[in-house]
Amino acid sequence: MSKKEIDEISGVETTGHEWDGIKELNTPMPRWWLWTFYGTIVWAVIYCILYPAIPLINGATPGILGYSSRAELAQNVAAADEAKQEFVSQINDMEVGAVLDNSDLTRFAVAGGESAYKVYCSQCHGAGAEGAVGFPNLNDDEWIWGGTIDEIYATISHGVRYEADDDTRVGEMPAFGEFWERDQVRATAHYVASLSGDEHDEAYLEEGKTLFEENCTACHGEDAGGIAELGAPSLNDAIWLYGGGVEAISAQINNPQHGAMPAWQERLGDATVKQLAVYVHSLGGGQ
Amino acid sequence: MLAFGAVLSLLAAGFAQDVLFQTHAWVVFFALALSTIYVLRKVDFAGDAAPVDKSGYFDDPIRAGVILTTFWGVVGFLIGVIAALQLAFPVLNIEPYLNFGRLRPLHTSAVIFAFGGTALITSSLYVVQRTTSARLISDGLTQFVFWGYQLFILMAATGYLLGITQGREYAEPEWYVDLWLTIVWVGYLILFMGTLFKRKEPHIYVANWFYLAFIFTIALLHVVNNLAMPVSPFSIKSYSAFAGVQDALTQWWYGHNAVGFFLTAGFLGMMYYFMPKQAERPVYSYRLSIIHFWSLIFMYIWAGPHHLHYTALPDWAQTLGMVFSIMLWMPSWGGMINGLMTLSGAWDKLRTDPIIRMMVIAVAFYGMSTFEGPMMSIKAVNGLSHYTDWTIGHVHSGALGWVGMISFGMIYFLVPRLWGRDRLYSMRMVNWHFWLATLGIVVYAAVMWVSGITQGLMWREYDAEGFLVYSFAETVAALKPYYILRAVGGAMYLVGGLVMAYNVYMTIKGKTRNEKPIAVAHVATAQPAE
Repeated sequence: MSKKEIDEISGVETTGHEWDGIKELNTPMPRWWLWTFYGTIVWAVIYCILYPAIPLINGATPGILGYSSRAELAQNVAAADEAKQEFVSQINDMEVGAVLDNSDLTRFAVAGGESAYKVYCSQCHGAGAEGAVGFPNLNDDEWIWGGTIDEIYATISHGVRYEADDDTRVGEMPAFGEFWERDQVRATAHYVASLSGDEHDEAYLEEGKTLFEENCTACHGEDAGGIAELGAPSLNDAIWLYGGGVEAISAQINNPQHGAMPAWQERLGDATVKQLAVYVHSLGGGQ
Repeated sequence: MLAFGAVLSLLAAGFAQDVLFQTHAWVVFFALALSTIYVLRKVDFAGDAAPVDKSGYFDDPIRAGVILTTFWGVVGFLIGVIAALQLAFPVLNIEPYLNFGRLRPLHTSAVIFAFGGTALITSSLYVVQRTTSARLISDGLTQFVFWGYQLFILMAATGYLLGITQGREYAEPEWYVDLWLTIVWVGYLILFMGTLFKRKEPHIYVANWFYLAFIFTIALLHVVNNLAMPVSPFSIKSYSAFAGVQDALTQWWYGHNAVGFFLTAGFLGMMYYFMPKQAERPVYSYRLSIIHFWSLIFMYIWAGPHHLHYTALPDWAQTLGMVFSIMLWMPSWGGMINGLMTLSGAWDKLRTDPIIRMMVIAVAFYGMSTFEGPMMSIKAVNGLSHYTDWTIGHVHSGALGWVGMISFGMIYFLVPRLWGRDRLYSMRMVNWHFWLATLGIVVYAAVMWVSGITQGLMWREYDAEGFLVYSFAETVAALKPYYILRAVGGAMYLVGGLVMAYNVYMTIKGKTRNEKPIAVAHVATAQPAE
């Protein structure tokens, strides 16, 4: 031990220690390493002078730049709001239908509506507004509660069957299974399927047509084209909220499912709801 | 002792207040009961066997450790590949035991604590004996520490699958498992320090500084982070002593130093022994090792707050985490320089020795990820990288590249020596493992950079009107190809691990593969210039 020697290959002296055959060279620290290390320390000290750094009893040293991440966030949010303020205040002050008359405002509202749609609506209605079973497609021209800009705006504002909102859309179809025979349900389902040319059994049509005219047209319309005021969907366009085909239609007549949607007015504010209405209206089926 | 523990766990199962606690107590009971039977069958009641030779080094648990390190490595990589595939193909989630939420902590813990922890305990016990020329202070304590740690792994792993967690990153096991680990870890500290005290060498080798820093600091971190009050002594549930942002900071003080002291300091200890041994060259610079050791352990402990940039954490604490992370850059690189430059005079071995190649790539990845880390801690960079796959890529270039590769080097070094073989079963298979693992990491890291930056940019993209452009689901959809490629990179790494397991198995069996040696022809024609 403790025998310093010169390493043949590097020409550097060893420290004279040895463990299990391992020796150590006494090479000085690389200069670039040392100076970079000092550099990072100097940088750290400067940063600590400029920014909040040293904790004190109440709070911390603020740093000479007076930086605060909360203030920075508030500033950024304020700047973003400011940039939108002109359009937003205009939209706030006008009827939702009037937005469509101004191309700048429409462009702004569609962009804002799309952005809000992706956050709040896409979970149920789909990323492309294509809908799913129980959640209407927003691209087509069937509108359960009406497809004009005002009706869309009202639906988004107050929701559907959303108890917390007094103005929410309410419409409920009776469960015909409670007072009809199975045959009657089936006959009606075959008739409804026939309206859009869906697969059905001709034998049921006569009875189904009679039952339909006596029981269903009051809400779904003489021509089965739906009545938006009542939230009764069209039954003749092969667009089905709970699935097409005799089976699914029977189930819906027997014991109907009733979907619900939250009211967004209070949560998102009027300007955003108007933008959403404009966006949904713009998707293709707006009336 | 084992039987007593088994009876206790049986009692715990009887008194259990919830089903999960009961299940877990049964797991312990069976583990301990089987161990008791095994030990009893080995006990020689007649007492006529030759007394155990206590003059040499105590290597029994180290041999077991090498095998278990290999085993846990393969298990950890496999679960990682499965978890990666689950992200790309959600249909692979099998509820409830094998869903992503449970497999992901199983993967991280299997790799860090089962693979990494067993590698560290195994190698530290080997290295401390060789570099002090002393036998471990107590055979019994060594067995207790080693197998006690394996019981901890078993408890943690089964706990994840059962859904038992206290919800702390890298510290999911509940209070009773934490208590058990504390006991084992104190035993480890006593064992390691005791052996250092009775060393026969005048100085303590640098590898042991790092191992000791690792053992000591992990004890401190583990205890503080897991301070919690159980609901009942017979229930899995406990509540942390901390709340809110203090809890978050404690968690990341622990979490970051699990990286710093477990995955960095511990494995630097490994590097400092096995690299000079394999290269047969002296360590490059003693002075550098002192300075970078002390600066590393002093600075690492402060860097945790960089995990909480732009959160409720006060600005001053964020500053602290960031500046210490930046200052940590050079201390980290000190280890890389010392590792790489130890090869000076032996660079030609890179051509002929795939084990050295493995160690060099380990140190290279160490250098890369310890540059990337400080860079990502800068708030401006962090604003983009935080919560994205970039972080995942960063962790994996450290874990697969540094921790994995240096451990593989350690295993290939130890197996022939511990089992008294002339050489490994196959050096060419080591070479295959090297390339599979290296390419796997490169694919993985590169894919995660692209995916992470894509993700970060998509999250923050605004349109001309000032509205966010993408929904979260759209950003997820955009990443799918990268998730598939990530699984490919991981699978390559897994196959490399399997090649290693086979090679280790055949070596232990005493076989050698009939194969051409590597690159002998080149050595003859291309000597280094010096």
